[in-house]
Amino acid sequence: MRSPLSKKIIEVQPSGIRKFFDVAAEMEDVISLGVGEPDFDTPWRIREEGIFSLEKGRTFYTSNAGLQELRNEICNYMERKIHVRYDPKKETMVTVGGSEAIDVALRCMLDPGDEVLIPQPSYVSYLPCTIMADGVPVIVELKAENEFKLTVKDMEAVVTDKTKILVLPFPNNPTGSIMTREDLEPVAKFVEEHDLYVISDEIYSELSYKGEHVSIASLPGMKERSIVINGFSKGFAMTGWRLGYCCGPHGVLEQMIKLHQFAIMCAPTTSQYAAVEGLRSCEADVEEMRKAYNQRRRFLMHEFSRMGLECFEPFGAFYVFPSIQEFGMTSEQFAERLLMEEKVAVVPGTAFGECGEGFLRISYAYSLEDLKKALARLGHFVQRLRNER
Amino acid sequence: MNKKQEFRIEILKYLEKHSRVDLGELGVLLGAEETDVANEIAEMEKEKIICGYHTLIDWDKTSEEKVVALIEVRVTPQRGQGFDRIAERIYNYPEVNAVYLISGSYDLLVTLDEKSLKEVSRFVSEKLSPIDSVLSTATHFILKKYKDHGTIMVPKKESERMLVTP
Repeated sequence: MRSPLSKKIIEVQPSGIRKFFDVAAEMEDVISLGVGEPDFDTPWRIREEGIFSLEKGRTFYTSNAGLQELRNEICNYMERKIHVRYDPKKETMVTVGGSEAIDVALRCMLDPGDEVLIPQPSYVSYLPCTIMADGVPVIVELKAENEFKLTVKDMEAVVTDKTKILVLPFPNNPTGSIMTREDLEPVAKFVEEHDLYVISDEIYSELSYKGEHVSIASLPGMKERSIVINGFSKGFAMTGWRLGYCCGPHGVLEQMIKLHQFAIMCAPTTSQYAAVEGLRSCEADVEEMRKAYNQRRRFLMHEFSRMGLECFEPFGAFYVFPSIQEFGMTSEQFAERLLMEEKVAVVPGTAFGECGEGFLRISYAYSLEDLKKALARLGHFVQRLRNER
Repeated sequence: MNKKQEFRIEILKYLEKHSRVDLGELGVLLGAEETDVANEIAEMEKEKIICGYHTLIDWDKTSEEKVVALIEVRVTPQRGQGFDRIAERIYNYPEVNAVYLISGSYDLLVTLDEKSLKEVSRFVSEKLSPIDSVLSTATHFILKKYKDHGTIMVPKKESERMLVTP
C-alpha cells in the first residue's frame, strides 16, 4: 500500500514543546512557567458582549473578511497604535488567531523554491507553515550579544536572489526582545534593496514596556511591503476565542481573503462581536494587564540578578530568556532536571530553534505569588548545580 | 500628571490591594529605589493621603457574629453648617463604620457594624432617629457579600490553562 502522507508533512518536525507538556502533565505539584498565554481572564465587558451576541442569536457566518464593524474598529486601532491607515474594506481581514494569518499569508505569497528568512529563536509555526507552502525556510540566527534583535549583518549572510519574504517576529516569543525604530530602519532599507516582503507578527505589540511599539509598516515605503499580523489573544487575554487579523496591501489581502474563504469561511462570529467591544472600550483593562506584566518582569530580572543568572533585559511579550550556559548542560537537560528535581516546568530554548541552545524560556504570565514560589525552587536548583561543579 | 504624581498613584494603586507588601519588593516591582518608595509613603501618610492600613476580612467565615446595615437618612441641613454638623453627630459613634453624603432621594448613607439585628434597631431608634434634624431613616441589612473593595469573595475556580504551551 502506498503512503497516505505527503512528503512535506513528513519533513515537518513535531513541536519540541509537546513532549515536555506530556511529562509535566503527569506530575503533581508542578509549578509551570511554561505557558504562552495570559493568566488573566478575558475582561468581563468582552465576555459579556460575547454572551449577549449569543442571546441575540447571532450565530451565523459573517462575511469572509470579518464583520465590517470589527474591521472598521481594527483599522481605527491600527491608526491609533502604529499610525498606519488601512482601508477597512480592502486592506484587512479577520482570522482564526494570528496563526491562521501566518499560514494564509505564506501560502498566498510563496512559489515553490522561494526562500523565507525566519529569525530564530522564534514562535514555532513559521518554519512548518513555510514548508507546507512550498517555500524554503532560511534560518537567521539571532544572537544574545545583540539582545536577540534582528540585524542586517545577520541577514546579509543568508540572503540570496531567491529570498522573497522576511518574517519579523517582534516583540519576540521566546526571547522578549523588541525592535525599536532605530533597529527597524536598517532592516527596512535592506528589505527595499532586496525587493522583499515582510510578514510582521506583532501579536505581542500591546505588551511593550519601553515606549510605544513600532511597526515596520509605519516606516517610509514599508506599508506596501508589509503584512502586519496581530490579534486579541495576548493583549486582550483572549486566546481561546481564536481571533486575529492582518492588514496589508489590497493586492495581497484580496488573495488571502480568497484562500481564507475556501479554508475557513470566517472567524467565529461570537468572538468577532466580543472583539468589537474590546477595541472600543477595553484600553484601560489592557493597560492594567500591561502594568502587572511589567511589575513581574522587573521582579524576575531582579531575582535573576540575585541568583547570578545571566539574562539580558527584555522589553516585550511576557517572557524572559536567561542563559544557562555556565552549567555545561543542554537546555533540554537543564529543563528536564528542573522539572524532575524541583517540579518547575520551563521550556528549553531549543524548542524555538537550535540557536536557542543554552537558554530557557520563562513565562511571567503568572501571579506574583506563583512566580515567587517557582523562583525560590529555581534558586535552590541553581545553587545545587553550582555546588555539584 | 508629573512624574512625582504618577509615582504616587502607582504606589497607592499597589498598596490599596497589597498593604502588607515589603517596601524593597515594591521598589523592584515599580522599578524604583526602596528609599524613594519609603519616603514617598511617609510623605503621603503625613499628608493624610494614606489614612490607614486595613485588612479585608470575610467575617462570615469566622465564629464572630456580625450584622452590617446600610441606613439611608434624610435630614434638614443646618444654616451655615450644611450637613457637616449632623454628619459629625453620627460618625462619632464607634459602631458607625462609614458616613457618606449622597446625591439623590436621601442625604446621608450610614453603615453600621453590629453584633445583632437588635443592636442595630436600638441604635436607629435610640440614637439616630431622635436627632432633631433627622427626618426619616430606612434601614437595609446586607445578606451576603459577593464582592467587597474590588475583591470577589466567592472562591475562584482553578485555572484550566494547559501547563506548557508554545
